[in-house]
Amino acid sequence: MLEIVIFSTLNGILYGLLLFMLSSGLTLIFSMMGVLNFAHASFYMLGAYFAYTLGMHTGFWPALILAPLLVGALGALVERFGLRRVHANGHVAELLFTFGLAYVIDELVQMMWGTVAVAYREPAYMREPLFTLFGTDYSIFRGVVILISILMFVALWYLLKKTRVGLMIRAALTHGEMVGHLGHNVPRLFMGVFGFGCALAGLAGVIGGPIMSTEPGMAATLGPIVFVVVVVGGMGSLQGAFYASLLIGLIQTFFVAVNASVADVVNAMGANLDPYGELGRISLATLAPMTPFILLVLILIFRPRGLMGELEP
Amino acid sequence: MSQDISAAMQRSKSRPSLRGLVPWVVFAAVLLLLPFVFQGNSTAFTLLNVIGINIVFALSYNMLLGQGGMLSFGHAVFFGLGSYAAMHAMIAIDDASYAGEGFWAHVPVVGMPVIGMIAGGLVALVLGWPFCRRAGTAFAMITLGLGEMVAAAGQMFPSLFGGEAGIYGNRMVGPQWFGLELAQSADVYWFMAFWTFLAVFAMWAFTRTPLGRMSNAVRDNPDRLQFIGYQPRNIRFMIFIASGSFGGLAGGMAAVNYEIITPEALGLIPSGLALLMAAVGGLGVFYGPIVGAIVVTLMNSMLSDYTDASILYVGLVFLSIVMFAPRGLGGGIEQVRVAWRDGDLGRRLPGWLTGTLAVGLIIVGMVVLVEMMFQATHGDDEFAQVLGMEFDAAALWGWLAAAVLVALGVVIKRATNKLREDQA
Repeated sequence: MLEIVIFSTLNGILYGLLLFMLSSGLTLIFSMMGVLNFAHASFYMLGAYFAYTLGMHTGFWPALILAPLLVGALGALVERFGLRRVHANGHVAELLFTFGLAYVIDELVQMMWGTVAVAYREPAYMREPLFTLFGTDYSIFRGVVILISILMFVALWYLLKKTRVGLMIRAALTHGEMVGHLGHNVPRLFMGVFGFGCALAGLAGVIGGPIMSTEPGMAATLGPIVFVVVVVGGMGSLQGAFYASLLIGLIQTFFVAVNASVADVVNAMGANLDPYGELGRISLATLAPMTPFILLVLILIFRPRGLMGELEP
Repeated sequence: MSQDISAAMQRSKSRPSLRGLVPWVVFAAVLLLLPFVFQGNSTAFTLLNVIGINIVFALSYNMLLGQGGMLSFGHAVFFGLGSYAAMHAMIAIDDASYAGEGFWAHVPVVGMPVIGMIAGGLVALVLGWPFCRRAGTAFAMITLGLGEMVAAAGQMFPSLFGGEAGIYGNRMVGPQWFGLELAQSADVYWFMAFWTFLAVFAMWAFTRTPLGRMSNAVRDNPDRLQFIGYQPRNIRFMIFIASGSFGGLAGGMAAVNYEIITPEALGLIPSGLALLMAAVGGLGVFYGPIVGAIVVTLMNSMLSDYTDASILYVGLVFLSIVMFAPRGLGGGIEQVRVAWRDGDLGRRLPGWLTGTLAVGLIIVGMVVLVEMMFQATHGDDEFAQVLGMEFDAAALWGWLAAAVLVALGVVIKRATNKLREDQA
């Protein structure tokens, strides 16, 4: 039991950190430009595939740097030549644009790398156990992933709070026009933030690819969950996105790990549900993919502005 | 001011006399004539039936997005659940007609879209209220979550949704109406034509009701609407229900057509299809989604005969329409129609034609690029074939030719835009 709790917590935190790496970029882009980037998870997928292809030539570590840079550059190009053009037609048009982009990226990935999963693995020496607890190994790679994520967030925090660019970004979040009037190039700032957010998503892909399997469906699996994170955390709130990421990561991991059915849970609370009935028979593990959406609906009913959001969406 | 309004009302009242009927007569005539054009061609009828379903689906979606300003990523929930309800009804008819008694023994399969419509409307009624608080991005995300949740639930309750394999029924059961046996796709066509016409007319009539007008108001300026004393949320909720009903109606049509339904029909892919069709056809014009449904359905089914990258092309078409022609194909048709009506066509046509030429060149260039990329990464045949010509991805000239085509198109487009600006 203790074993399950410890490992689920570790895996849940790892998953939550990956989610936050995606949702932090998405939240930054959203609060700055008012557009929810539907293709965000597609950039995450591109990160994994780029790292796979680059890694075959350069090895894992250079790919860890190069792939996110490449994804970020691609994101900046998308903003400069696509999104900026569509911006004049309003937010719905922007959302439609990113939706179409996700569609096209998914197809291109299938075209370039095939419809089945590619063999993107971490280097062999990182598959060794970092520590062994109750006879279960925890690989070095997972430890490295957690380390990279935490380093990333410290860097993000430093960038936003302690640097001049961060000051401009924070100012542009609330008073975009004023920042423009003061002579800063706000469109270029937008491009930078969009590219940076995409690079973060790419980084999540590079380190998440070996853990979650690199296949063309990976964007469609994770994309909706990242949106749920952003809404549950409160639209535009980085802190909220952080808590929501960890919350959803932990909930989903625990649902997978716990070996119980709906009937077990309900009956433990005193109800009397047929354990072999249609509803009672469902195991919590099969419910796991649904938990983010159940959480979303609950949040919407009881706290529409999200965990930390200041405004109702 | 009030005189202006009453004068405008007078005009709009006097207009739908005879000229307003023309499009409907043409529509009905086309529906009646199509079977004689395609007589004996069962593939064509199969395609026509799918187009009919998609027209209703896309139009019902546009009630939300185009007319109500609510971007939804979960419209397939209503389509799928409507379809499931109709399928269960068909199974009940099948069972009852063996016994020869009971309520279901007297229900014709022809009426299944009504069942779908009721189911779709009920689902929207039950689910809609918490979602209609806000439009815009929040609504989009919530409907996305709703769609994912219902699709996941579809896998979880096999007795209702049939699990991965779905459930299937038989449309040739129960009482026959109008002598329709519904055996072959040519037979089903009449069923489709009837319901498509009826649904299109009903949805057009909806735009004419006060609620239909209010839905435009809630799209354009919800704050002002609130000042006047309406509840935007109530109006959104009512549009949501109406749109869900018609989505369910399309689902009922689909149940009769395919005789099988799987939980995949509830998911993001069919929801995205509705969005794709509506946006390609144009959100601002009533008939836009009809055009979009026809074009996208034809592209989906016919392109796959010629290329392995057909879905990519649909995506690229969607992307270019969002970027370069936000009013969609329907908006383009409307522009030509207005110019024709104002006698302006002669002056504007040359610019449009060169613009079309430019776009055509860019498209051909892009197609060559995509096909060569596909061939280079897959290498199943030696050459990529476009318009009967063979392009070798290993040789440089193919890539050059594609680049030249695209560049030429861009240059002509630039020149046309310049010319138009000078004229204006």
